[in-house]
Amino acid sequence: MDDMMFLTFLATLVGAAWRLATPLIFASIGEVFSERAGVLNIGLEGTMLVGAFCGFAAAFASGSILLGLLAGVAGGMLFGLIFAFFTITIKADQIVVGAALNLLGMGLTAFLFRTYYVSTGKGIEIAQPVHIPFLSDIPFLGEAFFRQNLIVYSTVLVAILASLVLFRTSFGLTLRAVGEHPKAVDVAGRNVAGYRYAAVLVGTGLAGLGGAFLTLGHSNQFVEGITSGRGFIALAVVVFARWSPTGAFFVSLLFGLFYALQLMLQAQASIVVPYQVLQALPYIMTIVTLVVVRGKGAAPSKLGQPYEMR
Amino acid sequence: MAQVNQGVRETMYPQAAQTFYRTLSQIAISAVTPIAAVLVALAFGALLLWLNGFNGSDVVTVMIFGSFQDMRSVGEILLKATPLILIGAGLCVAFRCSIWNIGAEGQLYAGAIAATLVGTNFDGLSIWVHAPLVLLAGALAGAAWAGIAGYLKVRFQASEIVTTIMLNYIALILTSYLVTGPMRDASAAYPQSARLIREAWTPRIVSDMRLHIGILVAIVLAVALYIFLQRSSRGFALRVVGLNPHAARYAGMQVARNVMIAMCISGAMAGLAGAFEVAGVTHRLYQNISPGYGFEGIAVALLAANNPLAAIVSGGLFATLRSGSEVLQITSQVPQVLVLVIQGMVILSVVAFAKLRDILRIVA
Repeated sequence: MDDMMFLTFLATLVGAAWRLATPLIFASIGEVFSERAGVLNIGLEGTMLVGAFCGFAAAFASGSILLGLLAGVAGGMLFGLIFAFFTITIKADQIVVGAALNLLGMGLTAFLFRTYYVSTGKGIEIAQPVHIPFLSDIPFLGEAFFRQNLIVYSTVLVAILASLVLFRTSFGLTLRAVGEHPKAVDVAGRNVAGYRYAAVLVGTGLAGLGGAFLTLGHSNQFVEGITSGRGFIALAVVVFARWSPTGAFFVSLLFGLFYALQLMLQAQASIVVPYQVLQALPYIMTIVTLVVVRGKGAAPSKLGQPYEMR
Repeated sequence: MAQVNQGVRETMYPQAAQTFYRTLSQIAISAVTPIAAVLVALAFGALLLWLNGFNGSDVVTVMIFGSFQDMRSVGEILLKATPLILIGAGLCVAFRCSIWNIGAEGQLYAGAIAATLVGTNFDGLSIWVHAPLVLLAGALAGAAWAGIAGYLKVRFQASEIVTTIMLNYIALILTSYLVTGPMRDASAAYPQSARLIREAWTPRIVSDMRLHIGILVAIVLAVALYIFLQRSSRGFALRVVGLNPHAARYAGMQVARNVMIAMCISGAMAGLAGAFEVAGVTHRLYQNISPGYGFEGIAVALLAANNPLAAIVSGGLFATLRSGSEVLQITSQVPQVLVLVIQGMVILSVVAFAKLRDILRIVA
C-alpha cells in the first residue's frame, strides 16, 4: 500500500469507527448516569434490542426516521421503567432483574418481528449522510469526520450535554451523591428513589436510542439479536471510562475502531488470518480492557445496592 | 442428666415425625412461590399470544400438555432436560457464592469442542474408556473456560458478568471457525465436524429413543451438588463467601479460592452438558449445537432458588416448555422464541413473589 492509499484507508476507517461507535456512545453514556446513581443495569442488551425494534417498527409504519428515534427512546424508557420498578421500588437484585430483561428483550422483539415483519422482507430508508459544506471537502479529514448522518453528529452533543448535566448542575450533583452516599441525600430531604428512577430512565432512554440507531442509521432492517453484545460491551466501556460521559465517548470510539477494523480487514483479500479472529476482536478487547483498567477505585460506592430507608 | 436422656428417647419417634411433617410443609411453602411464578409467566404468554391474534389457551393446552403425547415425546423432554438440569444445578453453586456466571453457553461450547476432539480421535479404545473420556474432556474444558473468567476476577477484579458474556461470544466464534476450518468434515455440504467414533457415543437408555444416560448423570450430580453445598465444609465456605466475603475473609476462608471453585464447578457442569449434546445427541459438532441452554440454565437456577435439588424439577419444567413451544410453532405457527419471553417472565415473577412473601412475613 502506498501512502495515499493508506491515508484513504485510514480516513475511511476513522469514519466507520465513529459510525460503529455511535450505539455504544449512547448506551454507555446512559449507563454512566444509571451507575453514578448506584444502579447497575445489565439489562442494557435487552433494552437496546427493544429500542432497535421499536425504532424499526415506528419508522416502518410512518416512514419517518425522527419518529423512529423517538419510539426507540420511548421503548427503552418503558423497559427502564420495569427495571426501575423491580430494582428500586421492590429492591430486587439488579443482576437478576437485568438478566430477566435481557431474555424478555430478546424474546419479545424476536416474537413480534417474526409475527409481523419477517415475511415482508422489506427494509426502511435509513438516515442519509449530511455533507457539511467546505469541511467535508478537506482531504481525508472530510471523509472521516464530516460525511456522517445527523445521528452520528449528535453523539458529540450528547456527550457534552451529559457531562454538563452530571458535573455542573445540582441535579447531577445529587444524582452522583445518590450513588455514593444515599443516606446523606435522604437526610437532606431529597428523594433517593426519585433520583434513581430518573437516572435509570435517562440510561435506558439513551440505550433505546443506541439500539434505534442500529436499525435507522446503520442497517435498514431489524435482525434478531441485532445488538450482538453491544449492551454488554457498553458495560465494560463504562468501567474503562471511569464513569465519565466524555470518557465513555472516547472509549466507545476506541471500540468503534475495533469494529471498523474487523469489517475493513475482512474485505481485504490479502489478509491471511481467518475472519473469525477479526470477528472476535471487540469481545477480546472488552476482556483486555477490564484487565488493564484494574480496581474499582472510581466506581460509585453504592453501585448495585438497593437503598433501605431507615 | 439421665432424666434428660430419658426424655429424649421418649420423644424420639414423635420428633422424627414432626421433623418429617415440618420438612414436608417447608417444601410445600417454598414450592408455592415458583408455582405461582410459573402460572403468572404462562398467563403473560397467553396474553401475548391473544394480543397478537393467536389462540391464548394454546399456552396451556399445547405448551404444557401437548408435549406429553407418548413415551417418545416424554423421552424428548427428558433429553432437553438433561443440559438444563446440569447447567442449572451448576449455576446454583456459582450463584450461592454470588458469582454471576452468565457464561454457561460458552462453557457448553467449550465442552462440546473438547468432547468432539476426544471423540473423533483415539480410535480403538473400548466403549468403557472412550465414552467416559469424552465426557471428562467436556467437563474439564468447561471448567477451564469458566476458570478464565474466575482467574480474571480474583486476579484483576474484572467483572465476571462482562467477561463470561464476552467468553460466550468468543466460544461461539471459535466453534464457527473450527467447524468451517480445521475440524470440518470435508465430505459434508454443511459446516460440521466429522462423526464421533461409535465407542465415544453416550449409551442410550432404550435403543429406539434418543434419550441417553445423561439424564441419570444429571440427576445424580444435582443431588451430589446439593449435598456438597449443604453438608460439606467447602460448600459452607462457598455460601459464606456468597453472603459476606468480608466476614468469610475474617473467618480465615480464602475468598479467591472459593470463587475459583464455584466458577469451575458451574463451568464443568455446563461443559459436561455440551459433551452430552455432542456424544449423546448430534454425534457431530455444529455451529448451533445449543438453542440457548446456557442462558435458560440461569432461569432454571433462579426458579429453583439456587437449590440444586430443586433444579431437577425446574429443569424438567423448562424442558417441557421448550418442547411445547416447538409443538406450538408446528401446529399454530407461533414463533418459538415465545419461550424466551416466558423464561424472562418466570424470573421477574419469582423476584416479585419472593418480595411479596417477605412483606407478608413482616406483616404477620
